[in-house]
Amino acid sequence: MTDFSRRAVIKATGVVGATLLPVALESQEASAQAPRPTPAQPTTYLFFNAEEAAFIEAAVARLIPADDKWPGALEAAVPNYIDKQLNGAWGAGERLYRSGPWQAGTPSQGYQLPFTPAELYRTAIAAINAELKAATPFAKMTGAEQDAYLHSLEGSGKDLGGVPSSVFFATLWDSTVEGFFSDPVYGGNRDMMAWRMIGFPGAYASYYDLVDHHGTTVTRAPTSLGEDVHGHVHADTTIPAHLP
Amino acid sequence: MAERLKPVDVVTVGVGMTGGIMGKELAAAGLKVVGLERGPMRDTVPDFQSPVIHDELRFAVRKALMQDNVKEAMTFRNSADQTALPMRRWAGFLPGNGLGGALVHWNGQTYRFQPADFIYKTHLEQRYGKDFVDPELTIQDWGATYEDLEPHYDRFEYLCGTSGKAGNLKGQIQPGGNPFEGARSREYPTPPMKEPYYGALFRKGAESLGYHPFPQPASTLSQPYTNPEGLKLQQCVFCGFCERFACEHFAKASPQTIVLPAALKNPNYELRTGCQVLRVNLDSTGKKATGVAYVNAAGQEFEQPADLVLITAFALNNVRMLLNSGIGKPYDPNTGEGVVGRNYAYQTVSSATVFYDDDVNINPFMASGSSGTVIDDFSGDNFDHGPQKFIGGAYIGSIMTNGRPIEFHPTPPGTPAWGLGWKQAVARHYNHTIALTVHGSSHPTRRNYLDLDPTYKDAWGLPLLRITFEFPDNDIRMSSYVTEKAAEIGRAMGGKTVVGTPRRPPYTTTVYQTTHNTGGAIMGNDPKTSPLNRYLQCWDVPNVFVVGASAFVHNATYNPTDTVGALTYWALAAIKDQYLKSPGPLVRT
Repeated sequence: MTDFSRRAVIKATGVVGATLLPVALESQEASAQAPRPTPAQPTTYLFFNAEEAAFIEAAVARLIPADDKWPGALEAAVPNYIDKQLNGAWGAGERLYRSGPWQAGTPSQGYQLPFTPAELYRTAIAAINAELKAATPFAKMTGAEQDAYLHSLEGSGKDLGGVPSSVFFATLWDSTVEGFFSDPVYGGNRDMMAWRMIGFPGAYASYYDLVDHHGTTVTRAPTSLGEDVHGHVHADTTIPAHLP
Repeated sequence: MAERLKPVDVVTVGVGMTGGIMGKELAAAGLKVVGLERGPMRDTVPDFQSPVIHDELRFAVRKALMQDNVKEAMTFRNSADQTALPMRRWAGFLPGNGLGGALVHWNGQTYRFQPADFIYKTHLEQRYGKDFVDPELTIQDWGATYEDLEPHYDRFEYLCGTSGKAGNLKGQIQPGGNPFEGARSREYPTPPMKEPYYGALFRKGAESLGYHPFPQPASTLSQPYTNPEGLKLQQCVFCGFCERFACEHFAKASPQTIVLPAALKNPNYELRTGCQVLRVNLDSTGKKATGVAYVNAAGQEFEQPADLVLITAFALNNVRMLLNSGIGKPYDPNTGEGVVGRNYAYQTVSSATVFYDDDVNINPFMASGSSGTVIDDFSGDNFDHGPQKFIGGAYIGSIMTNGRPIEFHPTPPGTPAWGLGWKQAVARHYNHTIALTVHGSSHPTRRNYLDLDPTYKDAWGLPLLRITFEFPDNDIRMSSYVTEKAAEIGRAMGGKTVVGTPRRPPYTTTVYQTTHNTGGAIMGNDPKTSPLNRYLQCWDVPNVFVVGASAFVHNATYNPTDTVGALTYWALAAIKDQYLKSPGPLVRT
């Protein structure tokens, strides 16, 4: 991860060394507060086909758009995050009770469809792409048209091959927020840009000395799980490391 | 065909906090104890260590430490005229799984109930008259008093090393503590945790309105501590990964840090993980348990004979175990008869959100699961309910447990649900917002109950537990009243925008509220209104005890764990001092 970040900075700034080496505090502050755009890496899609990927990339770019200060979900590689989730255990329905009978419940009874997340995405996007085939494909719409279309999914129970569009929208939104804010080891939140945006220090997680410095400005750059492999030391050897 | 194993003296169904304490103590008393834990073996090292433990997606969002819905879900409906459907994923509450149970992923908030809670019906009638309480509420006295339980509260807190400041020592009110609390026999084992900024701002706001703030009692420790079992705990580092996570630092009281090492050192104690107990076996009279039937991780079925069966799982699973074993008469809401499943209650939780200017850095990620500051002025019966049309109350606290951004990204009213406006509002408010917790009591009603689902089954073919629950009108009125008090404090804290969000029906399983599910196998003095006697012993099958928040007759204002700990030691004392000397019913009817 360190090497990756370093390369990213070099690429972004065109400067080797100067921004990285001296005065640790300054460079930490700079990296914590300023956006640090990385040139987009091509995503190797393992789950989405090309049509699905085109929809997802265009949709997340509207759900969390880039602005002049901070990148958005597309730049944060959220499509890559969603793709890897859908290709893995979560997509296949891990921890999802999947026995019937299936029936629609009340809103307070929660999700009651037989679709796994992977099935839900595939079914809904196919229905959307089929609907828009004769008109303008989602990825080709203007931003305002895309927003209007997403609002129509969000606000209605339009049938997307058995998936109510509001359920698909809610799932897509949850996935987008997860991909934006989860640890970069999951393939989104590239360069921890979403954490830098809000000032979350990530997996760093040790604040005993700072917690009573009320209102302090935290300037350290965030830490990913991938950078924290030596983060914990089982320090007190008088506590047995294992149960008897 | 089930393989019959060598008989033992005691078997515990579940090895979490209650099973761990019972197992350790009864093994120390010379009994052969087997602890059956359905989930995996897990330990602070290596299972809870960095870097993996600081993973919000895996633990907080995907709920890696929780009961696997694929194997064992529960069904839910708001009222008996609906068809209950499975909770296909956990969201509203999170039953734990694995060695140590919920005390691995809890926050460590360690409150005692009020003396009045244990004599609730008597107390309220004395103070407000016989006609004051909504007749829909099935409140009753618990059968044990605060005075009965005080030594056991004390023992549990010293096991955990709980950090706090006493407000009432043997009747003397102490500065800095909670002046409303019941009398304590001694000070907390360790001093309060450091006060984070969100706690300090709340303290100032609450004091300016004349309230009585105090540090939240925390079993995430303020300093290193060695407990009476000789086990060492460390100082909490405010990592911000507490609830839904396990502690990597030996700083949070959990069975792995406070009791299991002592149990496992004793050759009288045997732990078996990956063992799913299907039922308690009864003899032909139905009045005596002969042991339990369980299936191990490889799918082989066993019969474990035991003289004494302790049901020590999560509250909801305790009730299901009784129902699937045919112990006690199931409750029928139509007739009001039957006892198992009766008095299911929850917790009435709401919030107020305080938005600050962007030069006020709250740093919500510098948090322990139980750091922060609270007031008890509107809890339980600490204020006059005469002018109100409800009973019960809530504590109000600035007890933010984390700043993990997938789930914590507050935005003020009027913010779009997504898009650029949402993103810019998140960036603006993330580090400049305090969420206040309003943590309220929950009263049992005739219509809220637990039974077995007629349709849906678990992976072993047994019926799932069915929950029928809606917030009582009484508790909704309480929530409106106390949430407004919280919003007033928020304004006194200097918030630019303050939003109070009282609890409203319907109860929904889709948004996390709390995992304080209580009742269903309650204690009491009358076999017609409780399946357990005052010692948590089954009236119908005296060699079965059911230990947990399932025994709560109602759920009081507070987090349940300290009271579960007190009831565990209370039942243990009855087993050791009375039952073992003369096995049989400890209370004659």
